[in-house]
Amino acid sequence: MERSTWGTRAGFIMAAVGSAVGLGNIWRFPYVAYENGGGAFFIPYLFALLTAGIPILILEFTIGHRYRGSAPLSFFRMSGKKAEWLGWWAMFVSFVISVYYAVIIAWAMRYTLFSFNQAWGEDTEGFLFSDFLQLTVSPGETGGIVWGIFIPLVIVWVITLGILLAGVKKGIELANRIFIPTLVLIFIVIVIRAVTLDGAAMGLEAFFKPNFNAIMDPTVWVAAYGHIFFSLSVAFAIMITYSSYLPKKSDITNNAFITGFANSSFELLAGIGVFAVLGFMAAQSGVEVADVASAGVGLAFVVFPAIINEFPGFNGLFGFLFFLSLTLAGLTSLMSITETYVAGFTEKFGISRRKAVAIGGGLAALISILFATQGGLFFLDIADYYINQFGVAAVGLVEVVMVVWILRKAGALQDHANEISDIRLGGWWKFSLGVITPIVLGYMMFGLLRLNIFQQFETDTGNYEGYSNMFTLFGGVAVAAGALIFGILFSLGKWHKNYRYYDEHSEHPAKEKE
Amino acid sequence: MSVSAIVVMIIGMVLLWGGLAASIFHAVKSSKANKAEDLG
Repeated sequence: MERSTWGTRAGFIMAAVGSAVGLGNIWRFPYVAYENGGGAFFIPYLFALLTAGIPILILEFTIGHRYRGSAPLSFFRMSGKKAEWLGWWAMFVSFVISVYYAVIIAWAMRYTLFSFNQAWGEDTEGFLFSDFLQLTVSPGETGGIVWGIFIPLVIVWVITLGILLAGVKKGIELANRIFIPTLVLIFIVIVIRAVTLDGAAMGLEAFFKPNFNAIMDPTVWVAAYGHIFFSLSVAFAIMITYSSYLPKKSDITNNAFITGFANSSFELLAGIGVFAVLGFMAAQSGVEVADVASAGVGLAFVVFPAIINEFPGFNGLFGFLFFLSLTLAGLTSLMSITETYVAGFTEKFGISRRKAVAIGGGLAALISILFATQGGLFFLDIADYYINQFGVAAVGLVEVVMVVWILRKAGALQDHANEISDIRLGGWWKFSLGVITPIVLGYMMFGLLRLNIFQQFETDTGNYEGYSNMFTLFGGVAVAAGALIFGILFSLGKWHKNYRYYDEHSEHPAKEKE
Repeated sequence: MSVSAIVVMIIGMVLLWGGLAASIFHAVKSSKANKAEDLG
């Protein structure tokens, strides 16, 4: 069985950028920067990009390229069973994320249509929670299926799985070559319109005005490293899987630089667009930018619709473009997240891509219906928090510690990257991976563990968002722990004979062992 | 907008968009060089 490959280098880069650029770039980065020193945040942000983001990207690109497999197979080929579980863990973290991420894309898709006549009306918050999400149940209860979410959810899965069925080159690559330039173009149009609005300068002032005192605060640095880490799609098994489809002669290091800078460039563009319209909103309402600045679901589905209502003209078009950009950014990320387990299942069980898409994607689609119920938002919120903090961040920490300190593979991987890349990796790469990243992620993880174990959130229950102990345990902790447990269980089984052996000097190792 | 905000905005653009442009330029240059090497 010959391994799929990307058609072109640009195709691979588009796919990697498509994976990295997601909803977080639009609705998370601007607020994180604003909250953590405004313009001064760029200093820790750039440090984090160059000492954690890009080094981890290079690490994952190198692992995938050298061992030529999905994340579990690559780790298995690197060091056998003692490393394989880490790949499965990352893969199951991706599986969990895909099941709720699809639902957010479904919301964005529906809001794209709502934009034409501003169906959300004047009370955008009431519309989102009561009319659209029909959030009338308590956390932990499902209620009935919300058909207005279920139908676009089916469309999201049909598009995603259809693209994956078409394969790496004719599916993922082609889709990204269309979606990413379209997304960038749409966002440029949004930004041009946004910065020409009344009050835009006030928003940009709030976003860029540097508060240099903030960079003396260690939490700002942790926020910068945390953001870079979550933003680049590292520790998701994605970048390992994607780079395993690269041809043997590939410039890994420069590909990582392009991906990292492209992701940050888009974030900056998004920050300008978001804060320009927030400035407009503040000017219209006669309030400060601080009063309208927000992030996440609230920013996208409450604040933005309210801003679109106030637009001086072409309200429908602006809304359509904004929610279409969210949909496209989400779809390119979802296909990459889903590809991790399609590749993993194909290789572990020796099944066809079609079967892996049907089984893996079908199962994820089925589970995602839970998030299309009346209580779906609560399940989504708690799963998202726990899987990100104790899934993605934990995988990232364990990954760098294992590869650099336990398996001692950093040297071999550095040699491999240097052999095929123009930009040679020096001591900064190993130092970043072996020292800076573990310290920052370890510090972050320690704080998170303390916050959760000792229930130190400033809420009634002391839990995240004030959820009950039972809901926190089953909706969050069990989901994050489940990814690790499934990861360990899957690593116990044998690999299909086509993938069991590996000759790293061969172009097509699996084919030669058939 | 204040001068400090404008300066930070310009520096941010130069570093991030410039970094992207430089890495793409490097990729194009090296791919041309590789092609010439393969042909030569």
